Amino acid sequence: MKTIPVETTINGDSTEFLCQPDESLLDVLRDRLGMTGAKEGCGTGDCGACSVMLDGRLVCACLVLGVEAQGAEVETIEGMANGEELHPLQRVFVEEAALQCGVCTPGILVAAKALLEKNPDPTDTEVRYWLAGNLCRCTGYDKIIKAVQTAAAEMRSA
Amino acid sequence: MAFDAQAERNFKVVGTRVARPDGIDKVTGKAAYGADISAPGMLHGRILRSPHAHARIVSIDTSAAEALAGVKAVVTGADLAQPEDEGFADVAINCLARDKVLYDGHAVAAVAATSKSIAKQAIRLIKVDYAVLPHVTDVDAAMKPDAPVVQEGRALETVPAGMSQNVTTHCQFGHGDLDAGFAKADKIIERSFKTAATHQGYIEPQACMASLGSDGRGEVWCCTQGQYMVRANCAAVLGVEESQLRITSSEIGGGFGGKTSTFIEPVALALSRKAGKPVKIVMTRDEVLKATGPTISSSMDIKIGMTKDGRITAARGELRYSGGAYPNATVDMGAQAAFAAYDLEAVETVGWNAMTNRPKEIPYRAPGAPTSIYAVESVVDELCQELGLDPLDVRLLNAARKGTLSSYGPTFNDIGLVATLEAAKAHPHYTAPLGPNQGRGLSCGFWFNFGGNTCVSLNINDDGTVGVVEGNPDIGGSRASISMMAAEELGVPYDKVRTVIADTSSLGFNDITDGSRVTFAVGLATIEAARAAIKEMCRRIAKIWDIDEDAVIWEDGCAKPAGPNAGTHPPMSLAEIAAIAGNTGGPIAGHHEVNADGAGVSFGVHLCDTEVDPETGATKILRYTVFQDAGKAVHPDYVEGQMQGGAVQGIGWALNEEYIYGEDGRLQNAGFLDYRVPVASDLPDIETVILEIPNPGHPYGVRGVGETPIVPPLAAIANAVSRAAGVRMTELPMSPPRLLKAMTG
Amino acid sequence: MVRVKLWGSLRALADGEEWVEVEASNFKELLDALAEKHPGLAPQIKRGVSLALDGVIYREAWFTKIGPENEVILMPYMVGG
Ligand code: FES
Ligand code: FES
Repeated sequence: MKTIPVETTINGDSTEFLCQPDESLLDVLRDRLGMTGAKEGCGTGDCGACSVMLDGRLVCACLVLGVEAQGAEVETIEGMANGEELHPLQRVFVEEAALQCGVCTPGILVAAKALLEKNPDPTDTEVRYWLAGNLCRCTGYDKIIKAVQTAAAEMRSA
Repeated sequence: MAFDAQAERNFKVVGTRVARPDGIDKVTGKAAYGADISAPGMLHGRILRSPHAHARIVSIDTSAAEALAGVKAVVTGADLAQPEDEGFADVAINCLARDKVLYDGHAVAAVAATSKSIAKQAIRLIKVDYAVLPHVTDVDAAMKPDAPVVQEGRALETVPAGMSQNVTTHCQFGHGDLDAGFAKADKIIERSFKTAATHQGYIEPQACMASLGSDGRGEVWCCTQGQYMVRANCAAVLGVEESQLRITSSEIGGGFGGKTSTFIEPVALALSRKAGKPVKIVMTRDEVLKATGPTISSSMDIKIGMTKDGRITAARGELRYSGGAYPNATVDMGAQAAFAAYDLEAVETVGWNAMTNRPKEIPYRAPGAPTSIYAVESVVDELCQELGLDPLDVRLLNAARKGTLSSYGPTFNDIGLVATLEAAKAHPHYTAPLGPNQGRGLSCGFWFNFGGNTCVSLNINDDGTVGVVEGNPDIGGSRASISMMAAEELGVPYDKVRTVIADTSSLGFNDITDGSRVTFAVGLATIEAARAAIKEMCRRIAKIWDIDEDAVIWEDGCAKPAGPNAGTHPPMSLAEIAAIAGNTGGPIAGHHEVNADGAGVSFGVHLCDTEVDPETGATKILRYTVFQDAGKAVHPDYVEGQMQGGAVQGIGWALNEEYIYGEDGRLQNAGFLDYRVPVASDLPDIETVILEIPNPGHPYGVRGVGETPIVPPLAAIANAVSRAAGVRMTELPMSPPRLLKAMTG
Repeated sequence: MVRVKLWGSLRALADGEEWVEVEASNFKELLDALAEKHPGLAPQIKRGVSLALDGVIYREAWFTKIGPENEVILMPYMVGG
């Protein structure tokens, strides 16, 4: 199969890569660009571990083709902190033990950030429904929901 | 190692909620899990799997795959050793089948190629000629004398003659006169139950990168609950020496018992040996569900007699478990755990294991216990309903306590069940009002907990910081707990300690991260290693002060004279002592190696409110509270996390998760869409109440907490649903169609 | 002498006895003596057993001291998740 050149922007940096026409954006990020923050839990859009933003839309990177990133803005977990400074969601997740094994965490953080950008003051139920596409097998979600709310409150008062 | 006698120990670090050391890496995406590492020149491995539930392999033709450009190696079962030890032999034929495939998804051959897509293509070019055999996937069917035989000659000596060859294990536990006990009962209920196999459902599929040279030296990077277990399995399956294999455990994306075995590492090593290059294998979710460990499936009969004031007079259980296509001992543990929460005069539990054409069972949190306790707790609840008794009072009346002859043999010493039940009774949840179609369920749970083989090495660095090296992969924050215990013992701040997980060449053998053992056993070894380092520091300071070794004590991170007779020397801090280590005899370290025992059994009680929808059969969990004895909660956040996570896995088991096999013996729901684990919107908050009844077998009183929480949810929910729906549910999962059918008759 | 209790399904392999009395001062001696007295138990002992000593479960500790005053219960070897 012939590879296709793609020009895109990832976490604000313009990036070029070659990929095969049937290659997922997740494989491109992980295998070609060395950005392994997004995880593959299923490859079928059912777990959310691969969540990234594509032109401001929350997507499963396993269901997007690499070539679809052409001309788009991609945001991943690697771009969430500002240098040393963690995003409030990241900091609160550590402080409030909202992760155990942590493999779901990058996807959940990307998804939660997308939620708070749309809805800075969600109810618990809204958080639970928004994150329903992100599986976590370790925590039972309790501390995740609470951490998202703590971070949301902090961001509102900032 | 006994509980420290000091009455009320004033913990400074233990019991606080510090930030975990791996937190930042995990929230920024930097943490490296099994699939996150690549090597120059690395090949991609892929495995061909059987489409049949049961078939003889007539021939395998790999020539077309080998001829494909980019394919560097193809292996089959013939490339692996045939270990003599039965356990290793099972691992080997499960990694790559030899004569027969035993289940849908059984690995048959593997390729390594220069790209994922070439590997995928190559797999399709392997021609396997199968002679399909009759299959059996249901445990009751497998026990019938004329059932298709999964494997021959695997029965233990305890299995009576004349049974199906699928029956591998028979066990029986108990005491007392059952007939006399049942004769005293005012009410006897006897019920049969079935539970589906479920999967641990860790979000990170198994993944590894391996390289093995023709000299037998190899390296493996993999996500596992035990790097030493991987080493032993790989050495046996490849016929190489353990010293030549170095296994490094990656960050691990969940295990729950599911990563206590080996599926792909020996295959990757075999491919690498042939190809002369490192090989990476990452399982797909479909492969994880089809070929890695689900739990047992079960069929059970429970009979319990009770007086009208709630005393249990006799209890009997018969458990039939199937752990898939290989023998296993899970039913032993299920049978021992079944009635552990009760003080019984007459009790018997009988267990059977039968092989079926399903994947090899791998432990899942408290293996064997959730299902048997589900059945027992369901019958106890029904008796309470029938006799008009309060289910909590009945549990308290019959609760096992210190001095109770347990249903599995030993007499209990200090256990926390009564206190846990009392906490549940006092909690507002227990008396909160319920609405229409709502029900409240309650269940006790039990798990043994283990200690096991453990090595820890603790180094005092020259700048006064501390390094701890341990050998158990950290699944849920154990590096934090271990650092906390080291800091506590040494009297230094938590952030002065860094704990790392060793590869197999850097530290002696450690058992796998299982049996809720890490905080208990590694913690215990860490405390001992710290005490050894302290002893050495005191010895050196005694020399400087020119006093007796015993005249130096360790307090608040400093060596101090023990009393006025020891002189008026100013205390010397750990940092000061570390700085002059070179002058006083060289580097200071402590280490401890132990096969830890005394883990202390663990009990929990779960309370659950549900609402059932009479139109759809759907169940909503309204409120859920977990009560558990943690002995001493080292890091309360992660204890709560274990309790909440276990409860939610149990909720999934109770309501939705199941392995569904078709008539053809093939798994019909090998994906997260159809194998439905709980999502955030299915659940309420999971409230937790931690009790701390010190474990006499640990210096800080710690008990393992990881497994018990998955035990009670099955019955707690079944009881809540049965009460809400007005019909006794006896089969898991209680998925909407099944519940609707029960409600509409 | 130490009395050790066998679980139900082992009794058939030990002449139907529930409690077996053997001369032993630690677990290793106990297991050796059991296997010698009742060879039918040897395969299970070889595969692995746990022992509960006064209610505390030990998986493999051979040199754990035991005496006539202790409650000693043979249990299957246990694994966890
Ligand atoms: S890997 Fe993309 S949703 Fe699971
Ligand atoms: S923390 Fe392990 S899956 Fe979420």
